[in-house]
Amino acid sequence: MIENKELLEVDKLTKIYTSGLIRPTKVVGAKDISFKINKGEILSLVGESGSGKTTVANMILRLIQPTSGLIYFNGKDINTIRLQDYYKLVQIIFQDPYSSFNYFYKVDRVLNQAIDFRYGKISKSDKKNLIENVFKEIGINAKEVLGRYPYQISGGQLQRFLLARILLIKPNLLIADEPTSMIDASSRASILNLLEMIRKKEGLSVIFITHDIGQAQYISDRVLVMQKGLVVEKGPTKDVFLNPTNPYTKNLLASVPSLYRQWDLS
Amino acid sequence: MKNLKKSPSQTSNVVLAIDDLKGYYKGTFGVVFAVDGVSFKINRGEIVGISGESGCGKTTLAELISGTYVPVLHYEGGTIMIEDSNICEIDEETLRKDVCCKILAYVPQASMNSLNPVKKIKNFILDVMTERTGVKPDKTKVLKFVINHFETLGLDKTVLERYPHELSGGMKQRTIIAISTLWNPNLLIVDEPTSALDVTTQKLLIKMLLNLKNVGIIGTIIFISHDIPTLRQICDRCIIMYAGRIAEDGTMEDIINSPLHPYTKGLISSIVSFNPDGSPESDLGSIPGQPPDLRFPPSGCRFHPRCPECMPICKTEHPPFFEPINKEHPVRCWLYK
Repeated sequence: MIENKELLEVDKLTKIYTSGLIRPTKVVGAKDISFKINKGEILSLVGESGSGKTTVANMILRLIQPTSGLIYFNGKDINTIRLQDYYKLVQIIFQDPYSSFNYFYKVDRVLNQAIDFRYGKISKSDKKNLIENVFKEIGINAKEVLGRYPYQISGGQLQRFLLARILLIKPNLLIADEPTSMIDASSRASILNLLEMIRKKEGLSVIFITHDIGQAQYISDRVLVMQKGLVVEKGPTKDVFLNPTNPYTKNLLASVPSLYRQWDLS
Repeated sequence: MKNLKKSPSQTSNVVLAIDDLKGYYKGTFGVVFAVDGVSFKINRGEIVGISGESGCGKTTLAELISGTYVPVLHYEGGTIMIEDSNICEIDEETLRKDVCCKILAYVPQASMNSLNPVKKIKNFILDVMTERTGVKPDKTKVLKFVINHFETLGLDKTVLERYPHELSGGMKQRTIIAISTLWNPNLLIVDEPTSALDVTTQKLLIKMLLNLKNVGIIGTIIFISHDIPTLRQICDRCIIMYAGRIAEDGTMEDIINSPLHPYTKGLISSIVSFNPDGSPESDLGSIPGQPPDLRFPPSGCRFHPRCPECMPICKTEHPPFFEPINKEHPVRCWLYK
């Protein structure tokens, strides 16, 4: 078990975006990012907009190629894994749940495709059983969602639906890119609690990307604070949020509006 | 109308009084009862937050108060008294020339995109000035006044020489608020000013709003936001709306620490907020179900289908305001009859 404990290792990952042919301008998306994530761990990437959180996620997902640096999954360089196999190991849920659906098809299609992808062609009744099981786990009423179009379902419900899809594919690593920022406060907590439940049950590792310090504090075991493409501070959640050492982190935490304390603005 | 502003109202303590306000969206989609019987009063010098889930009618309410609404939104009844004059009875032209920006400034959501992209901020302001006053203003005099105004608010005067695309989101938002307060309006309504900004810029904006009040440019602020932790930093009072109606109205402390309405209780318990003291958070709650489709609002109390403490009377009758604790904390729930 010991050699398996480390799920993903990111080593000196750098992405520099260039644009223009004659006088190219360079923008540092991420620079020298290194971290490891263990099995069953929730790691948060926090930072303001433009700090490179999504760039890191996209590189791990192999949606963009890093300028330099390597990513190892279970000790293997991810570029040596066949893409189809890789996506059985790593999955994502996006900020906007509607962006994962095709508006011309019913939502069921997403689940059917996920089953085809994971299990190959199986019989209709098996499919139905699989879907029923995950729905029961997540607490979705099948009658409320199946057979409908994406625009007929609320954002929170769809995000839960996409978590059901994750349960069908059973990846080892889930990247959650701001999964709650488009959802109302009253159902936000239920998404976070579901994520926690899946982590406990399936031993899923999660990279939780957020700009909301409160959510990062609630859900994660470890945090990475990013600023302008650099990791400025990392460590266990408690250490980073209660005793920050970096001046940027200190300033960031002092600016977060908290329900429990009022700012001294005089 | 010119004497609208400095009327005897200065003696009265109420800046804004809304009574049984109704505003519906009407179109091929049916009738959406977006704001349905809202009444409250705002006293001079208060900073009031309006909060609730998306679709609860916060923005519709602000649009109705400002009088600048899209054609599908119809005013259906009720009164809006600003400084003793009924906004609903004033014709559009006077509203635009004499009320907007002078008595009441409304900064809508995403208003930072309303800066003219091909004009320098300075020229944009001159345009606005010309339109509002009706005469071509003396350029140097106006600029001196504007620079002075910007500096009081802690904005750099170099902003005036720039184009909107050269400014960051937070800077644009602060510029817009500075422009909308050039005429020292009595009441400022800001709609979700912080929701597109990073936390550090949010703090600057909130500091600026407080500064506006401290130096006396603005007396009263209505701050609309779904983010209650942000409201807590600035507001004295908070109004919680649900499905087009007010659920609860009380001081910020009371709303957070001792909410009365079951909806407010659920909403507050579901907030994930950073705790700088790091004490272990209790498990987050959430409210089952979704807000109703306001084309077909539920009968009685609109929260009853999701309410954990629903009683038979809730299903049939809409609760009036009860004041179980004191006058400052009215709540619309049959539990406190």
